[in-house]
Amino acid sequence: MIPELGHFALWLAAAAALLQSVAPTIGLWRDEEALSGLAVPAAVAQGLFTALAFAALTWAFVVSDFSVALVAANSHTMKPDMYLVTGVWANHEGSLLLWVLVMALAGAGVAVAPATLGPRFRARVLSVQGIVSLGFFAFLLFASNPFDRLIPAPTEGQGLNPLLQDLGLAVHPPLLYIGYVGLSVAFAFAVAGMLENVVGPAWAKATRPWVAGAWAMLTLGIALGSYWAYYELGWGGWWFWDPVENAALMPWLAATALLHSIAVVMKRDALRAWTLLLAVAAFSLSMMGTFIVRSGLLTSVHAFAVDPARGLFLMILMALYIGGALTIYAFAAGRVAEGRQFAAVSRESALVANNLLLTVILGVVLVGTMYPMALQAAGGAQISVGPPYFNMTIVPIVLVMAFLMGVAPLLGWRRSATGHLAARLLPAAVAAALAVVVALTLFGVRGIGALLGFGAAAWLAVASISILAKRGLTLNSAGMALAHLGVAVSILGATASGALQREALVAMRVGDAIQMGPWRAELMDVRPIAGPNWTAVEARLDVRRGGDSVAILRPQSRMFVAPAQETTESGRAGWWTGELYSVLGQPDGTGQWQVHLWFKPMVRLIWWGALLMAFGGLLALGGRVRALKPRRGVEMSGSPIPQAA
Amino acid sequence: MATPKPKQQRLMLAGFAVVALAVAGVIAAFALQDTAAYFKAPSDLAEGPPQPGETFRLGGLVKAGSVARSGDGLTLTFVVTDMAADTPVSYRGLVPDLFREGQGVIATGSFASSGGPFVARELLAKHDEKYMPPEVARALEKQPGHPMNTSAASGRGA
Repeated sequence: MIPELGHFALWLAAAAALLQSVAPTIGLWRDEEALSGLAVPAAVAQGLFTALAFAALTWAFVVSDFSVALVAANSHTMKPDMYLVTGVWANHEGSLLLWVLVMALAGAGVAVAPATLGPRFRARVLSVQGIVSLGFFAFLLFASNPFDRLIPAPTEGQGLNPLLQDLGLAVHPPLLYIGYVGLSVAFAFAVAGMLENVVGPAWAKATRPWVAGAWAMLTLGIALGSYWAYYELGWGGWWFWDPVENAALMPWLAATALLHSIAVVMKRDALRAWTLLLAVAAFSLSMMGTFIVRSGLLTSVHAFAVDPARGLFLMILMALYIGGALTIYAFAAGRVAEGRQFAAVSRESALVANNLLLTVILGVVLVGTMYPMALQAAGGAQISVGPPYFNMTIVPIVLVMAFLMGVAPLLGWRRSATGHLAARLLPAAVAAALAVVVALTLFGVRGIGALLGFGAAAWLAVASISILAKRGLTLNSAGMALAHLGVAVSILGATASGALQREALVAMRVGDAIQMGPWRAELMDVRPIAGPNWTAVEARLDVRRGGDSVAILRPQSRMFVAPAQETTESGRAGWWTGELYSVLGQPDGTGQWQVHLWFKPMVRLIWWGALLMAFGGLLALGGRVRALKPRRGVEMSGSPIPQAA
Repeated sequence: MATPKPKQQRLMLAGFAVVALAVAGVIAAFALQDTAAYFKAPSDLAEGPPQPGETFRLGGLVKAGSVARSGDGLTLTFVVTDMAADTPVSYRGLVPDLFREGQGVIATGSFASSGGPFVARELLAKHDEKYMPPEVARALEKQPGHPMNTSAASGRGA
């Protein structure tokens, strides 16, 4: 009964979306305010009904109603309670319902928030959002109905992929979806802005919080996904340049560019057309990401269901939205003047450079991700493009960007003097030189890429902190400085964990020990343990440094009951300076155990940096509100990262 | 360093954007040539043997009864088959969770010398029980009458 109610609520929500898209379109055209005003209650109704549908599906999962086909295929009564709830979106249909839910709630949010650009503009935004939601409702109801019944109901479900039975599942997908959907709001603002011809500083001011919020959530979501893959997969890496990761990275790159260019529109009323294009691109890339991930083109833990009909449906939907938005853009771009001018040396041109570099990265990632698929679709060879391609192309561009990010915030708008730069950037330059020298001499780093990485991190960190030290800081500029500092911290973590890592691969018996640099790891014992729906063998590695026990690592090899599947659980111990990471191989029956051990210096900084970035993005939501005036010198002492590795 | 006129500035910006995209395309094209790894099934190797040292992805099924471990306890040898041809593989490292005899696998690596075994640097098995790498599924479909064709389909059904 409850699943039917959920199904019905989903239809009602779709009807509300239809009303939300049609009524304001006609109302605005015929200038009937009563009709266009319907968009607001329709958006609220859409949010309510979608929430009801989502609650119904959650209920089916929680009570393990296996007469719902989706629950039977993806759940199991022995699953721990938390995964009964998070399992709702650990499958194709449920995750789409979550997407639609976030989208409907965002629509309701737009409807009840104050309409700073007037009711007409709000009605237009809501109608665009309604059209976008409508497509996703159609996809859900016609091609991915989460409430389909399975009669007769099986007595037990097939269970959830053990890799997904993790706390990460509770946070990673919702954060990503909030990010994607936030970009859909920016998309709706852009399309409405073009249709209503209101693109300018006021429009930018109204759009920017959505972009900043979406960007912050995407940053968090991607960082969490990276951390999850790092500890769960047991491969020792934190980014694999997997197409699924790229699918989330591309909208993030576009959103990063958008966040910077929309600031130019807001402050200087320049770069309007370019900003609109970015807003369209950011959401288009979100949709493309969903398409790549869900169409079954890929081998991935994210590719839940392989059904060509769904891929086709998504492709048509994507083509309609992107094509429609670009058509409007083609007509509107002529009307939307680019805005005011600026000189070659100015904050604006530095932001243009930032945007161009981000675009180059985006292009390179796009080619690397799509080319293999396109080649194969065209009947060509099956190739794969992996980390060598991406590292070789993207690392140099990121280094150039890090350099520019140190300089750009010091430039003035419109036309900038350059005399003050040398003095202001001296500390950063000194720090960079120092970092390179320390890495070279104390840590014996060779590789030019790694040395430049240390230099870039120190340069950007000091340059960003010196902005924080300035008087008269607004939340906006503090947010920017923190986000840039976050980039520096992440670069430091990525460089150090790559260049200075130690690795050992051994087969050992209980009582054996290995020496890895200053660490000596002894295999104390290996014993069976049991969890709620798994059994495992757990090794105990006693790690000593200079005779003192510093950590006990407990890597496991787990065997899940339903579905019957093995997973590797890494055993980790960490400090600020780095992390010991161990993986246990499967037993080979000879009494020997394979152990893979790493020391990864500063690896956690990668995610701390991302956290700082996201925090900076959220601070910037506050806009031009004056932050607490810092007294000179005080805040420098709280420098959150070590300057040299 | 005069401020350019509106029209000029707009053209310049558009020009820069085009240049940026062109640069991205050129970088991507060169990098792709250097780094793209081709997927090959064992029977493809007989037709066009790759150079020693050329990285590619070898995919197929792990032949039943072929998995063995060498004396140091770390090096694994097995045979990848597509039911038409076999290729011996050696791999040093931990084995992915879903690596099994009779199951699909993709090994990334190269031949150390002509005639020697394929040395894998990375093994990819399936991500979950319901799934099989699409490359492997396609390679097997090319071999007519193989039972994997049907079991791959049924293994996925809900």
